Amino acid sequence: MTTTAASGVAHDYEIVIGLEVHTQLLTASKMFCSCGARYADDAPNSHVCPVCMGMPGVLPVINRQAVEYTLMVGLALHCQIPEFSKFDRKNYFYPDLPKGYQISQYDLPFCRDGYLEIQLDGQTKRVGVTRAHLEEDTGRLVHIKDGMGDAYSLVDLNRAGVPLLEIVSEPDMRSPEEARLYMQKLRAILVALGVSSGRMEEGSLRCDANVSVRRRGETKLGTKTEIKNMNSFRAVQRALEFEAQRQIAEIEAGRRIIQETRGWVESKGITVSQRTKEEANDYRYFPEPDLPPLTVAREWIAEIAERLPELPDARRERFIARYQLSAQDAEQLAADRPTADYFEATVAAMTRGDEPSRAKAAANWLNGELTRLMKEAEQEVADLKVTASGLAGLLDAIDAGTISTTQGKTVLERAFASGEAPVAIIQREGIAQLSDTTELEAFARQVIAANPKAVEDYQRGRTNAVQFLIGQVMRQTKGRAKPDSIQPILIAQLDALSAE
Amino acid sequence: MSALWNLSIAEAGERLRRREITSVALTQAHLDRIAAVDEQVKAFLTVTAEAALEDARAADKRLDHDDRVTGLTGIPLALKDVLVTKGVRTTAGSRFLEHFVPPYDGTVVRRLREAGAVTLGKVNMDEFAMGSSTENSAYGPTRNPWDTTRVPGGSSGGSAAAVAAGEAMGSLGSDTGGSVRQPGALTNTVGLKPTYGRVSRFGLIAFASSLDQIGPFTRSARDSAILLGAIAGYDPADSTSANVPVPDYVQALTGDVRGLKIGVPREYFVEGTEPGVVKVVQDAIAVYRELGAEILDISLPHTRYGLAAYYIIAPAEASANLARYDGIKYGLSVREGADDLIDSLMHTREMGFGPEVRRRIMLGTYALSSGYYDAYYKRAEQVRMLIRQDFDAAFATCDVIISPTSPTVAFKLGERTDDPVAMYLADLFTIPANLAGICGVSIPGGFSEGLPVGVQLLGQRFEEATILRAADAFERVTDYHTRWPTLADTVAKPKRKSTKKLV
Repeated sequence: MTTTAASGVAHDYEIVIGLEVHTQLLTASKMFCSCGARYADDAPNSHVCPVCMGMPGVLPVINRQAVEYTLMVGLALHCQIPEFSKFDRKNYFYPDLPKGYQISQYDLPFCRDGYLEIQLDGQTKRVGVTRAHLEEDTGRLVHIKDGMGDAYSLVDLNRAGVPLLEIVSEPDMRSPEEARLYMQKLRAILVALGVSSGRMEEGSLRCDANVSVRRRGETKLGTKTEIKNMNSFRAVQRALEFEAQRQIAEIEAGRRIIQETRGWVESKGITVSQRTKEEANDYRYFPEPDLPPLTVAREWIAEIAERLPELPDARRERFIARYQLSAQDAEQLAADRPTADYFEATVAAMTRGDEPSRAKAAANWLNGELTRLMKEAEQEVADLKVTASGLAGLLDAIDAGTISTTQGKTVLERAFASGEAPVAIIQREGIAQLSDTTELEAFARQVIAANPKAVEDYQRGRTNAVQFLIGQVMRQTKGRAKPDSIQPILIAQLDALSAE
Repeated sequence: MSALWNLSIAEAGERLRRREITSVALTQAHLDRIAAVDEQVKAFLTVTAEAALEDARAADKRLDHDDRVTGLTGIPLALKDVLVTKGVRTTAGSRFLEHFVPPYDGTVVRRLREAGAVTLGKVNMDEFAMGSSTENSAYGPTRNPWDTTRVPGGSSGGSAAAVAAGEAMGSLGSDTGGSVRQPGALTNTVGLKPTYGRVSRFGLIAFASSLDQIGPFTRSARDSAILLGAIAGYDPADSTSANVPVPDYVQALTGDVRGLKIGVPREYFVEGTEPGVVKVVQDAIAVYRELGAEILDISLPHTRYGLAAYYIIAPAEASANLARYDGIKYGLSVREGADDLIDSLMHTREMGFGPEVRRRIMLGTYALSSGYYDAYYKRAEQVRMLIRQDFDAAFATCDVIISPTSPTVAFKLGERTDDPVAMYLADLFTIPANLAGICGVSIPGGFSEGLPVGVQLLGQRFEEATILRAADAFERVTDYHTRWPTLADTVAKPKRKSTKKLV
């Protein structure tokens, strides 16, 4: 297959994508037992009990917090929350599944028929959410190859039974980019709700995609493949781009698309077949007899809706309205709850100027310099050593002219690394801007004396000679002088010379 | 002079509380009785003699100091080996769990402990509670103390036989389709299946989760009331347990059944039931009439579909419940000669499960398969709803329903092992109560050709007090429940058979 040949005809095809997203929920305990749900890098099988190990005789008990989180997500995604819901058993054998079945939800999920909006080329596009249901995570297999070359696997059940929310979209996305935007928006909502860590690279947020292609104008869906193992937003887009091109090439070559599960191989940038439909499991779903069906009280829904935090879309709109931010700045800040919180805390802690000008400065620094530093250090807002009030102090100092923007960047870099408050750095290092007129006058006199040519130019009426002389003062002061302050002093001295 | 092992729980309890006897003596008497007769009965899989005596010493201390004394403090009991016991191997009658020692106690086991009861050991059963004769145990059959060439019923045959033979003052079994009531009937013991949700299932190795219920075996209705009172009640660890107050069941035993409306369902008196059994039930009805109860003719029209629905629902649930036995976490694991994971899994399950368990896993798997679900499982659930409605309608006009417990008396060992359907018919009259979730008790109603016949009394959900009152009233005017089987004391051997582990 050659992708170049395929891309030549790619515009004849439409790509159809639906996503199945799984997120672990940030509950204190597991879905059906009281074991801790946060296992991180703890020793294998250190967060287990008879229930999540599937011992004979154990019974599950529903984690109310997990249900509440699910309902929060349902409300945030504009879903219907049916009054009746139940759990079902999904039967299959695998060593990471201790009971031989997964407790999941089949025909009566907690949430149905919602949607999520993405921003694409300045337009808002609505992507349908078919359902969101609650289930339990599986354990993990660790594959070992010992010194003798023998391979074996070990089972770690710390993850088994962690609450897992599955959110299934309609096949409404028409490009890999839309799929990535959907994923990013969904993550933003989950993080804003405080129900998910949103960490794809750690597997707490996972994405499977159903993708098919069809000739433009065709209304019937093409045969789909399911793509698994995409561990980043970038991987989602890349994998889907590859898979769509692969399918187009197959069709162009006169072959049929086989309905199958394919895995994304990040290192090679390709998808490979894992399992065809014929090998697929018959999960033999049936109602979980150990858990009675649930009635989701309308009062509970109302109460949860009342407590729902502000979501990214609403926050973006508020940022534009209140702080007069550009749509782009607002979107970037509002998309991630910790970033948005940090931004607002910074604006609130700043003391100079009106709110929109404070917001503008905070947005510029947060989206610019600070984002650059975080990227370099592979950090997130949550990891920042510089506090919002620390940043506010720095921005105030710049606004007051105490330090220049250039100095500000240097100070921020140091504060970012050490965690010391920017204002403390400014004071200790004496990098405050020269604003003492007497000192500045001394520098101006020196520069004028050393540059007779420029003085001559000025006297002939060449005003850009002043710019040259300002630059010289800046050099002499090693950047501590502010051009705005130097200019009147220089002009005053030059004019005094001419008058002589 | 009566031996200590043939006292009732109520009598022994009183004597313990008066400090006329000690729990240690009572427990030792039962350990001696086990040593004397279990060679013939084969009720016990595991005798925990040392732990039992330790329990007894602790109970005596409590009794001495009048500290947390209950009706069960110091009373030696046996547990069906489907009840999970911390530190004591729990086999569920299966080869798969031959060496399985659970790390936790089930809720009823904990409640018995808290009540101060003494556990003598674990008793035999059909593998994973699947069967009606205890012949499906991987550890050999238990024998009926009334005729050791016959079965004690099942699946809780060990629990029934131990109580009938005087090896325990009471025991716990589990009833999914009749597994407490039917062996109760066949061994002249009182076997009670509580309302679904009355007793916590946490720590009961699951057969069919929506039908399973733990119930007591005793030699009187009063003892049944004492035992039920100790194990009943809401348990947050079992989401299907009911948050309904537990009445004082012993207080309910007034002996008065005047005006009690007893329904006689015509569908339970059909051809195929042994005449000797029918006669005993009719005599029992006459006794109740004489005691002042009102006898009503009633109909439970969907009874005939019960067995079929049960043999869809129970295996379907079992097929999932038994999926955890994969040889990876605990229990049997066959790895030799296995090519891969799936191969090892299949070998393990083939070796670990007996034929009846495998049959039911296959039945259940089939019933749930894609394309068959609606025709089998869904339809069976609809039948279940109809049966439930039958009982609701019946209980609108009567308080108790009376019927035979089993269509036959105890059958011969091996008589039905080659004919699963004939075996399934043993539960014809008991299954509907499980499908409807109501309570039922089998009481010693009389004898047919020297073998015990059970009379089944069914009650509405959470009406255990009513059926126990009726059972107790019957016992007050009859002596069937006081009769003992004849078992020759074999000489107590210094050491028990190696298959019976002393833990």
